[in-house]
Amino acid sequence: MGNILLSSLVFSPLLAILVMAFIPSRHAGVIKQVGIFGTLPALILAGWMFGMFNYETANLQFVEKHSWISIPIGMAQAGTVFAFEINYELGIDGISMPLILLTAIIGTLAAIASWQIKKRQKEYFILFHLLLIGMLGVFAADNLFLFFIFFELTLVPMYFLIGIWGYGEREQAANKFLLYNGIGSGIMLLAFIVIFVIMRTLNIDEITAILTTPGHPITEILTPEMRFGIFLVLFIAFAIKLPVFPFHTWMLRVHVQAPPSIVMIHSGILLKMGAYGLLRMGIGFFPEQAYDFSTWMAVLGIINILYGAVLAFVQKDLKMVLAYSSISHMGIVLLGFASMNTIGFQGAMFQVVSHGFISALLFFLIGVIWDRTQTSMLDDLGGLAKSMPFVSGVLLAGGMASLGLPGMSGFISEFFAFLGLFGRLPVMAAVGAIGIVLTAVYLLRAILKTTFGPTPGKCTGLADAQPMEVIPMVVLMGCIILIGVYPAVLGNPMQQALKTIVPIVTGIGG
Amino acid sequence: MEVKDIFSYDWSYLLPEFIILGFATFLSLLDLFAGKRLGKQVIGWLSFLGTVIAAIFVIINMNALDKPYSYMIDMIRIDDYGNAFKLIFLAGTAFAILISLSYLKSGEVQHRGEYYYLLLTGLLGAMVMASSADLITLFVGLELLSLSSYVLVGLRKKSQLSNESAFKYVVSGSIATAVLLFGMSYVYGLTGTTHIYEISFRLAEAGMAGYQFLVYTAFAFLAVGLAFKISAAPNHMWAPDVYQGAPTPVTAFLAVVSKAAGFALIFRVMMISFFNVSDGTGSGRFFFEEGSLYLGLMAAASMIIGNTMALRQTNVKRMMAYSGIAQAGYLLVPFVPPTSLFFGEVIFYLFGYLLVSFGAFAVIMVVSREQETEDLKGFAGLYHRSPVMAIAMSIFLLSLAGIPITVGFFGKFYLFMGTLVVENYWLAAIMIITSVISYYYYFGIIRQMYMRSGTTEAPMVVPKGIWTFILIMAIATVFFGAFPGLVTDYIQIHFNPSFDFGNMLSPSSQ
Repeated sequence: MGNILLSSLVFSPLLAILVMAFIPSRHAGVIKQVGIFGTLPALILAGWMFGMFNYETANLQFVEKHSWISIPIGMAQAGTVFAFEINYELGIDGISMPLILLTAIIGTLAAIASWQIKKRQKEYFILFHLLLIGMLGVFAADNLFLFFIFFELTLVPMYFLIGIWGYGEREQAANKFLLYNGIGSGIMLLAFIVIFVIMRTLNIDEITAILTTPGHPITEILTPEMRFGIFLVLFIAFAIKLPVFPFHTWMLRVHVQAPPSIVMIHSGILLKMGAYGLLRMGIGFFPEQAYDFSTWMAVLGIINILYGAVLAFVQKDLKMVLAYSSISHMGIVLLGFASMNTIGFQGAMFQVVSHGFISALLFFLIGVIWDRTQTSMLDDLGGLAKSMPFVSGVLLAGGMASLGLPGMSGFISEFFAFLGLFGRLPVMAAVGAIGIVLTAVYLLRAILKTTFGPTPGKCTGLADAQPMEVIPMVVLMGCIILIGVYPAVLGNPMQQALKTIVPIVTGIGG
Repeated sequence: MEVKDIFSYDWSYLLPEFIILGFATFLSLLDLFAGKRLGKQVIGWLSFLGTVIAAIFVIINMNALDKPYSYMIDMIRIDDYGNAFKLIFLAGTAFAILISLSYLKSGEVQHRGEYYYLLLTGLLGAMVMASSADLITLFVGLELLSLSSYVLVGLRKKSQLSNESAFKYVVSGSIATAVLLFGMSYVYGLTGTTHIYEISFRLAEAGMAGYQFLVYTAFAFLAVGLAFKISAAPNHMWAPDVYQGAPTPVTAFLAVVSKAAGFALIFRVMMISFFNVSDGTGSGRFFFEEGSLYLGLMAAASMIIGNTMALRQTNVKRMMAYSGIAQAGYLLVPFVPPTSLFFGEVIFYLFGYLLVSFGAFAVIMVVSREQETEDLKGFAGLYHRSPVMAIAMSIFLLSLAGIPITVGFFGKFYLFMGTLVVENYWLAAIMIITSVISYYYYFGIIRQMYMRSGTTEAPMVVPKGIWTFILIMAIATVFFGAFPGLVTDYIQIHFNPSFDFGNMLSPSSQ
């Protein structure tokens, strides 16, 4: 009790939902303003907590705990009922703190980008804020049940946001999103309940402690085979979300069909829930199994990187280029995890945050371009630098960040991830590094085609960025450069938390 | 066991049944003599009053009785098990009456007086089924419910569909009854008694004495016969036609009350009768080893058939029928084999199903009558015409699909947990896969409501009573989804679920 900071943060978007519920739909302008300002409480709280965050310790901070549901399962002794307890538990550590801040920042910027939404604004912003609650909750939850509920809470609003406000084939994209992610969360729930039934707790910290204590009585029930089974189930569940080849097809459709502001969120945050879950629940719970599996993780990572990069090269649609580029970049996260050392993990988490900002920026820019030209096909675009110098400049800068130019966040992430992997699987790392070259090729091709070269008729005389559009660009660019030149801003909070995971991994695994 | 004079029993514990019987008789006489002069609504409200009073007496019984009370050697047995089911039947019938009150105004069902007291006699049958421990009274209860249902289904006299479905229901119902009776005759032949607690011992002796095969045969026939009432595979084929043809409130009555009664029966008969039968090797118990495995196969088949066939339906009521088949499959899951969680799981799931089904059928009723079609397309654009209906319907559908935060999610979570406690991974996997398949058709309705445009945009007129009813159901669905502990605690405190399944196993006082 007492500390309700984290709950206020997670549920702060409810305020905006309540206010909007009472505004008639015809007042679109007011609704948009409420929608944008409604994300500010979360942003302010997240920023404040980031400032207050004590990164000297690996412990959970801002912890909250209330009892919630108890499921009686039998008599322990005469008269006492033995029950499974499900608690409402929140708490964040150095891994979740940056992700919460990332969510809050991108949440606000995506709300600003939603200014372009032209129909049913009220429903849009209500769903948008529901989605925000889900995302913040996922990173704040310290309880598997709660984690699952927030995880699912993102599913339903996303379905609507894609299905109603998306482009041409929005409904198919929404369906595909729903089915793939439904399966993912279904099997995740399976793993969670198995853990619950065996360990009688859902608290993430407790489970980590129990599972990583050598010789704990639980070891008798939970054989190594079962551990590996649960790990694999969790891996697949989060691999769908991340997405790892071959579970990626849904994500392409979402990236192409969803409205730009939602793709910002989707690519910037939702995919990261997969990486977060993989680190916290996959590797965190089962370090030994993860270590054994790490070679395969590296293989999958390389497939993601190369497959994404090669296919990004042949795409004709700018959105598809970036969607495949996301797949490629998520491969780097996997490589970082596969390294099983602090540097590698740090690289993976850096990549998570950095890609969050970069992809949000790039998809925002695509939205801006689409808004003016009604197309994102590379063949129809060209010479935008003449009429939209600012947008083109930011696009080029974003592309540079994405391909890992030093001084920007992408560089740090890739550098750390590959550095970590070279220590353990040098051959894999060398193969994976080809991806960096390919990234440069496809990104530069796409960006040059868009901004320079011959100018088709519809690309002339376009307005450059409006003030409303400049804000997200500048903020995102600022974050990217800040991490690039001063990585400690991200590294410090993570350091301690990662340090606690790594010794367990390497200590047991060799 | 001494045989007592019938006047020496304390009959007050049977007051709920007497009240329903009294109301049914009184209302039929009232309808006969004062029918023309009396508004038919009066009979509806009076029968509603009857269910309320009966429910009050059930609650009084619950508090007054510490241990089961038995009439005439368990011909009727008042225990927590029966009381829990009775509350669900009473609530279900009360809901059916409430949504009928405005529905029947249309003159579609002409003999409205009959309609209400047939619901009451059906309810009486269900209550007898829940509280008897003798094959004779069980069968009487079953037939009372069935006969009432046959007539109720055919009550839309002028509708060809209704006639057809009533005819199909009678024919297939009679066949199921015959199969059930055939199974009972085996049991009687092997044991020479109809008292299921005695059967429990004698059947075990018969099994030991070399009649194992006949015991299995009896089990198979009983299982198939009882599957009919709960619309589980392999006896589910009647459901789509009957659900489609029956007046909508009757469909809801069949989906909830009739199905719950089937479950009350199936568990009492199957589990008690076969409780002591050994599995042939002498080491294990038949019901907990093989018997429940067969029920598991029924569950799996129901989930798969129900959910896949529902995908193809364009008629909402047919779709709900297949969904009901799937739900019957989910509800069979805790039988495989029964654990200490079993009773709580079933009652919680039925409680949630009660809220959600009646809510959903009420919306279907309103929409299909207004649109004069039961086709899925009737839901197109509902959101624009009546946001409250659309949102409420979405909540019900999300709950049926098992998405948090709804009562259906926790129900499924609970079932899931029960399955994993006994390490039934295959059944859990089927539950997950079929649940995700079910997303497709549940969201199909949601898609119609939000993403398609209907023939008209005019606001929909919804009768006040129904509107309130639907709203309450929707709020309850979310409320009990967020705080399922309230219900699990209630079950725990009042029904003694964990230790002997609602006092089902403890000896009764005469």
